[in-house]
Amino acid sequence: MTKGKLERRHVAEAFVKGLMYLSIALVAGSLALILLTVLTRGFPALSWEMVSKPPQGGYYMGKGGGVLNAIIGSLYLAAGGTLTALVLGFPIALYLETYLGDSPWGRYVRLSLDVLWGIPSIVYGAFGFTLMLAIGLRASLLAGIIVLALLELPIMVRAMDEVIRRMPVDLEQAALALGSTKLEVAVRVVTRQMLPGIITAILLGFGRGIGDAASVLFTAGYTDRITTSLLRPTASLPLAVFFQLASPFPEVQKRGYASALILTIIVLVISLGSRWISGRLSKYTVK
Amino acid sequence: MNSADMNSDVARGNMAIPTLESRGPAVGADPHIQVRNVNAFYGKVQALANINLEIPRRQLTVIMGPSGCGKSTLLKTFNRFLELTDGARVSGEILVDGRDIYAREVDETEVRKRVGLLAQRPSPLPMSIYDNVAYGMHVHRMKRSRKEYKEAVRHYLEIAGLWEEVRLRLHDPATSLSIGQQQRLCLARGLAVEPEIILGDEPTSALDPISALNIESRLLDLKRVYTTVIVTHTLRQAKRLADHVIYMYLGEVIEAGPAREVFSNPKHERTRAYLDGQF
Repeated sequence: MTKGKLERRHVAEAFVKGLMYLSIALVAGSLALILLTVLTRGFPALSWEMVSKPPQGGYYMGKGGGVLNAIIGSLYLAAGGTLTALVLGFPIALYLETYLGDSPWGRYVRLSLDVLWGIPSIVYGAFGFTLMLAIGLRASLLAGIIVLALLELPIMVRAMDEVIRRMPVDLEQAALALGSTKLEVAVRVVTRQMLPGIITAILLGFGRGIGDAASVLFTAGYTDRITTSLLRPTASLPLAVFFQLASPFPEVQKRGYASALILTIIVLVISLGSRWISGRLSKYTVK
Repeated sequence: MNSADMNSDVARGNMAIPTLESRGPAVGADPHIQVRNVNAFYGKVQALANINLEIPRRQLTVIMGPSGCGKSTLLKTFNRFLELTDGARVSGEILVDGRDIYAREVDETEVRKRVGLLAQRPSPLPMSIYDNVAYGMHVHRMKRSRKEYKEAVRHYLEIAGLWEEVRLRLHDPATSLSIGQQQRLCLARGLAVEPEIILGDEPTSALDPISALNIESRLLDLKRVYTTVIVTHTLRQAKRLADHVIYMYLGEVIEAGPAREVFSNPKHERTRAYLDGQF
């Protein structure tokens, strides 16, 4: 081996390493910038009133009130959408792995889900709106939940699918060798083994759902009241951010950033919380 | 502890293995497994060629032969496991107690319950030690009350020689056990669904020597009650364990018979060469 060759290899290594550091810096930097912006602009406007009261008269011109309507609305929407998507999606993910596997049908279903994943959320919103017109449903919490469920379903199923595919074959065979049916293996063994990954998949869906403005714009509508019925419109945080940032009043704009900060904190708390839970649940997982 | 001690343990009833009387015909009666004209393929590659065999009841049969001779493939046909491999096909008949387990109306989960498998590497299920043993009994709804499950779990952990080591930590993850303990757990788990036949696919090859001997002595105990078929690639293990020997080469059975005869006086040239270590 000549010295020249050796040096070229080291240069290549250093170069690629440099590129990786650069991209990590880029990603981490963007995240830091976003958080910094939201914090510096939103924090001063954040008050107990912001999170404890719905908008009062003249709120959108800088008078009293808060965005409790949007906080509660977003939690309802995202929780409802995520739960619905989970109930529909989890069996799909199990079926994909257990029965379809890498068959042509399996590949076709995965491709469809990937395409659905890539569709912009405004299209889901428009689709939901058409669907609502067809069945005579008005803009409401229910319609918002349905559309969010559709939006979250592909991301959740594909994320679970990728997790379940990493299931060790030995483990499945061990359960089969005891005379389990495939369904029993899926429900009793695969689910337990893959629980932490499944929780991550649910979280991905939830994150997409709670942060999306376009899909709920037509379907859930917006209201300054706190929603009490599935059939009434509901406010949501992304739209609250959108409306307030579009305002000409600087105070209201600041509240827009504060609303964004609230949304970020909610996502953060739920992420950390579910990490903690999945850590506890993975006690029995086979490494 | 040598096997004689273990056997006398069983005889004294220190290990409550199901009684011999309760488990069908006696040793030396009709063969437990009969293999008739079995061929197996992986895609287009033939792995088993026209196998005809009889596995004697309640004895320990060892299948031996060089790597790739089809011994694991043959073993996997006994519990309908080969069909889990993509592209694998089996033809012919395998009769367990005279009934073809490949017949159309046979439920493969029933076959796998009757014919247990101890794999090469232990793979504990992602649950506690207790639940690993209870799993199969739950799946087959074999017990009625929590108390019955508890008793059965203890019983089978005792048979597998693991009870004393785990009795105070039954609810710890099964993965917290050492690999040798895990294999005994897998044995307990397999016995808990009350099989008649135990298959072992090189069940000690992933273990340290002491754990391996421990598993061997369990198998020697259990053969009094269960028909046992073990695949091994170590001749010495075959000599330690076998009552009955099957020697395979390139997908064919070259020689089969009582261990004493095959080891001392092999009829076939190939078997002789293998026994002499010419591989």
